[in-house]
Formats: sequence, structure tokens, C-alpha cells
Amino acid sequence: MSGFISTDRRQSWGRVTRPTQKVAKPHFPDEVPPLVGEAVRGSTPLLAVGLMRSYGDSNLNPGGAVVDMTALDRIHAFDPRSGVLRADAGLSLDALIRTTLPHRLFPAVVPGTRFVTLGGAVGNDVHGKNHHRSGSFGNHVRKLGLRRSDGSLHELGPDDSTGLFAATIGGLGLTGLVEWVELELTRIDGSSIDGETVPFHSLEEFFALSDESIASHEFTVSWIDCTRVEGTAMRGLFSRGNWSRDPARLPHPAKPKAGIPIEFPSFALNPLSLRLFNDLYFRLGRWRAGRSLTHYAPFFFPLDSIMNWNRLYGRPGMYQYQCVVPPTDSLPVIAELLQTIAASGEGSFLAVLKTFGDRASPGMLSFPREGTTLALDFRNRGTETLALMARLDEIVLAAGGRLYPAKDGRMSARLFQNGYPRLAEFTPHVDPHFSSAFWRRVAP
Amino acid sequence: MKTLRILILGATSAMAEATARLYAVEGAAIALAGRDPTRLATIAADLSARGARATSILARDLAEMEGIEAAFDGVVADLGGIDHVLLFYGVLGDQAEAERDLSEARKILDIDFTSAALWSLAAAKHLEAQGSGALVVVGSVAGDRGRQSNYVYGAAKAGLGVLVQGIAHRFALKRRKSLHAVLVKPGFVDTPMTDGLKKGGALWATPEQVAAIIRKAAAGSGPIVYAPWFWRFILLIIRLVPAPIFHKTRL
Repeated sequence: MSGFISTDRRQSWGRVTRPTQKVAKPHFPDEVPPLVGEAVRGSTPLLAVGLMRSYGDSNLNPGGAVVDMTALDRIHAFDPRSGVLRADAGLSLDALIRTTLPHRLFPAVVPGTRFVTLGGAVGNDVHGKNHHRSGSFGNHVRKLGLRRSDGSLHELGPDDSTGLFAATIGGLGLTGLVEWVELELTRIDGSSIDGETVPFHSLEEFFALSDESIASHEFTVSWIDCTRVEGTAMRGLFSRGNWSRDPARLPHPAKPKAGIPIEFPSFALNPLSLRLFNDLYFRLGRWRAGRSLTHYAPFFFPLDSIMNWNRLYGRPGMYQYQCVVPPTDSLPVIAELLQTIAASGEGSFLAVLKTFGDRASPGMLSFPREGTTLALDFRNRGTETLALMARLDEIVLAAGGRLYPAKDGRMSARLFQNGYPRLAEFTPHVDPHFSSAFWRRVAP
Repeated sequence: MKTLRILILGATSAMAEATARLYAVEGAAIALAGRDPTRLATIAADLSARGARATSILARDLAEMEGIEAAFDGVVADLGGIDHVLLFYGVLGDQAEAERDLSEARKILDIDFTSAALWSLAAAKHLEAQGSGALVVVGSVAGDRGRQSNYVYGAAKAGLGVLVQGIAHRFALKRRKSLHAVLVKPGFVDTPMTDGLKKGGALWATPEQVAAIIRKAAAGSGPIVYAPWFWRFILLIIRLVPAPIFHKTRL
């Protein structure tokens, strides 16, 4: 039905750039090979994309073509007894959960939004609050179907000896087009989380809470107030939880209705409003601290109830910065990053800190590794913001850390190449007709 | 709850599939009719995974006018009766081409009106004999006023609309609450049919939004439902514009 249409109407979640690219949205699997063929014949670099929740440019292909996979969202097979589900790569986690939750099955790993496709979750090898327990999304993929530009379709699983499976998990869509994914789901009793919030006042306290919670809690994550940092003293809320044993099945979350209808004016976000917001957030969290039973949706996907929250950052858009640093020097490195940010006067609404466990992902370019990860968003103020992030880059580089491509829109090739030691192993698996703005910037 | 038995004519359309998913979640038994058996099988598997109690496939060219009644009987026998018949298929066609080439015009009229009317009549016969059930036919706001840009398509949809209205009237005289016919008229919907148009903006609906309206209409409602509702007023205005003024526009 639909061929490629040239348009500039697609932006990534950060909304910093609005590139022109060709877009096609197939509705049936049989439309995919002709689209791939069309791109190959026209020598147009190709990229499959999903719900566009990646922040930077890993889901953009300026001057090239993207295949919007979101209408390919059919479940091929779902067996509630074995907990295995196979579906088109365009199926969202939201739709998946709606189907599997009544059978008390849930994805083993979910990122901070349920509006991601299976293909996107594979390509970015997303992680969640349970990384210390369950690793990343790729650890639970049993099989996937990968379409290469030569027309071949590869059925790949963890037993694949060619390396193509390991390259595709976390491979940012560069190894071809993921057509379908087969997942192993996890069994739950009910649909709420038995959670607890603990306020803390220093990084030392954060690490102590992390260490103590690894054995007792499946999910851990912390919010920190990055506008007030002095040395290792700072304010934060450590939240941890386990699936509740209460068999009650709560209703699914409503589709987001409350939205940000327009772009906020840029002046709405400034160091003062950020300090006020962070202050309020901490006080509210401290007031509510303690144990509580929470619906899974606000626990895992706190921002999903506000549609288009990215518009809060106004027309210039925003950058995300997410790094992971090795466990050996985590504390001083995270302290240095936070001090640098606090000194800049910039800050973030939702600065998130979490420790990753040592479960290795099958992916060659998977972001999670053992250590501590810090994620923040910065409003785009042009060169000043870029300069701040460049200072952070140097700290991450010196610490032997890495940045998360799904969140990145500007890292240097040097930082990327240093952060991902298996890059040389990955590169031969890149499909010659697939590319992205991100890849053209950082490729060796 | 009783298992609903549904026949979807034109099951590979985006609106049809979105509607079928709503029925699947309710555990309905669903027969899918359309031309492409592979695509239908893909949809059937998905609906089963989402909760449909049973799915079956009727692979045929719905515009083929021979044997409609026999095919319909086959589905009814298969499902053991029928509760809702939903008709989605149709082609937009090419207006300019239809003006140059009468065979293009005939194709549009045959698919969008004649064959759709025959399927509707076959369904009406069954539902009436059964004494219950719903016939839901997807028309178009294009059938509300002839416009130079798509009046062949519009005429076919207008004709279909009058036919369904007539069936609704016929059913009403039976005075059975559970027997009714509805014409649903969607406005702009983001589907492959409209891929050539510039999309986005407040007037555009998603197939999921229209599906929810269709599902509600099948449960019982007036004979004409605009989807979404505001099209009723937009079309009221469009119909009221006097011809001398209307003829100056390029609508």
C-alpha cells in the first residue's frame, strides 16, 4: 500500500532537531521486503523506528529512510502456560501488558515508559529498576526475526554462533530490521508493587541503601535533587519494591489524557523554577515516605500519565544525559558529576540514580554494565548546555564509563568508542544499507 | 457472559482490525472476511492471542457478486448463528480516472455500493429471521454532499447509506430491541486509505478512536452515527452552504 513519503514531521523525544527523511508505515509484514528493496535500489540508508521515545538521534535518519513499525503490532502466539509471547516488533509494551496481565504475566524488564515497541526495546537493550536482579531486556529474548537488506530473514536466538543475535540486541537497529520478537515473560501474583520510599541525605547513604536492598528488593531506583549538592551531601528519595503477593488484579492504566498541549515558553524553566520544583518534590516524597502498595503503572512508568511531557522543555527541546560508571570509583565519580552540574546552575527535574548488577547482557553494544548509572535531562540552551555535557563527558571518559545511545544526541566518536569495547566485534554485523544520524557520527 | 459471534467484512482494513481487537478482548468468536488469506491469518492469530474465543477466515473477493448468500450462510453455520455483522470494505478510487474511464467508475460503484448493498441485504435477511443482531456498515461523510473531488466514491457511500437507513427502518417495525442496523460515517481517519493526504490536526482520528465508536454503535444506537460526533455538525454546515457559494470552493 504505502511507499516512502518525504517528510520532516518526525522528531525524536528530545525534539532538538527536525530532519527531513523519507518515512513509510507498512501495515502488513508482506509490505516490509518491498520497502527494504526500494531503499536498497535507491541507495537510501534505512532504519526501522518505533514510538520515537529515544531522545537524541539514534532513531533519526536525515536524508535517508525510516520504516515506522508501529502498525506492525500483531501478536503471533501467546501461551499463558509457558509465559512465552511472540509478536511483531511494532507491538508496544503497553499493548503487550494489556494482553498478558490478565494471565498474571508481565515483561521481565520494563524501561521508564510503556510506550516503547518490542523492536525498540531490543535495539536499545533497555533496562529497568530490576537490573541488579534480571539484567536487561535482551536477557529475556528467546528469539527474533531479523530482515537484512539482501532480503534474507534470520531467526536468531541466544544460541546463535554467528554473532548476529548478540549484535542485534542493543544494536540500535543497525544490523537490519527486526520483524518479530519472542519473549519470555515473568509470572506475578497481582498487579501492584509493595514499595517503600526512604529519604537520604548523602551519596554514602545512597550506596548503603543500594547495597542493603539488592538482596531484599527486586526493584530499586533513586531520585536526587541535583540543584543542591555539596560534596557528597545531597537530598534524594530511594525507592524500592517487590511485586506484591496480593493476588488482586488492578485495572489497566487509562490511556494518557492529561497532556502538555503546547510547547512551554522557554523562560518557564530556569534555575529558580528547577530549584523550587526539586525542593517541592523532595518535601512531598519525604512526607509520603514509608511503605505503600502502588499500582504497577505509576511505579514503573511515572511520566506516562502525562502525554507529551517533553513539550515542557519548549521549542528548543532537551537533551538527556545518561551514563554508567564502573563500581570501583562510583562514589567519587558520581559526586564529581553532580558537583559539576550543580555548579553550572543547570539542573533537571528528574535526576535518577541506580546501581546496575553484574548480570551480563548478550548484546555487544548493550548499555548496562556493572556500576552506577545517572540520568538527567537538560533543557537545550545551545552551546552552554553542550559545554556542560562536554565537561561531564570528560569525567565519564576518565572513569572508564559510557553513555546510553538511546538518550544521546551529541556524544563524540571518541567517547562512544572508548565506552564500548566490543565495538570492533559489532561493526562487521552492521547491515551495509542501514544507518542512523547517531551511527554516522560515532562509527569507527 | 454469552460469546458474541461476529462477521467482519473487509477485515484487513485498519478500522476493521482495531474494532475486531475490541471484540477479541471480550472473548468473541470472530469470522474474518477479505481477499488476502495470509493477511487474514496474521490478524486471526493476533485476535486469538488477545482473547478471541475462536476465529475463522473467509478468503474471498467481497466485491464478487455471485454466491454472496451462500457464503453468508456458510459463515452463519460456522459460527452457529450470528450477532453482529460489520461491513468495512471499500475503495477510495481515483475520481479523475473515473471521469476519464468508466470502468474505473464502475469498479468504485460495484465495490462500494452494489456488492456492499448485497452483503447488507444478506445480513439483514438473517438477522431479521433470527430476530436479533446488529448490522453495522461503515459509510463516509463523503456521502453527505457531492463534491467535485470524490463524488463517485461519495455517491456509492450515499447510496449505501440510504440502503442501511432503509434496513434500520425495516428492523424498527419489528419492534425488537436487540435488532438494529447502523450506518457509521467516519471523517478523516489515519489509515492506509488516506496515506496520500497530509495528516494530523484536530479533525484526524485514529482507527482505535473510530473503532470504539463502532463497537458502541453495534451495541445499540441511532441509525446514523458520525465518528467522531463533531462531523455531524461539520457536514450539516457543508450541506447548508448554498450551491452558488459551494461551487466557488475546491472541496
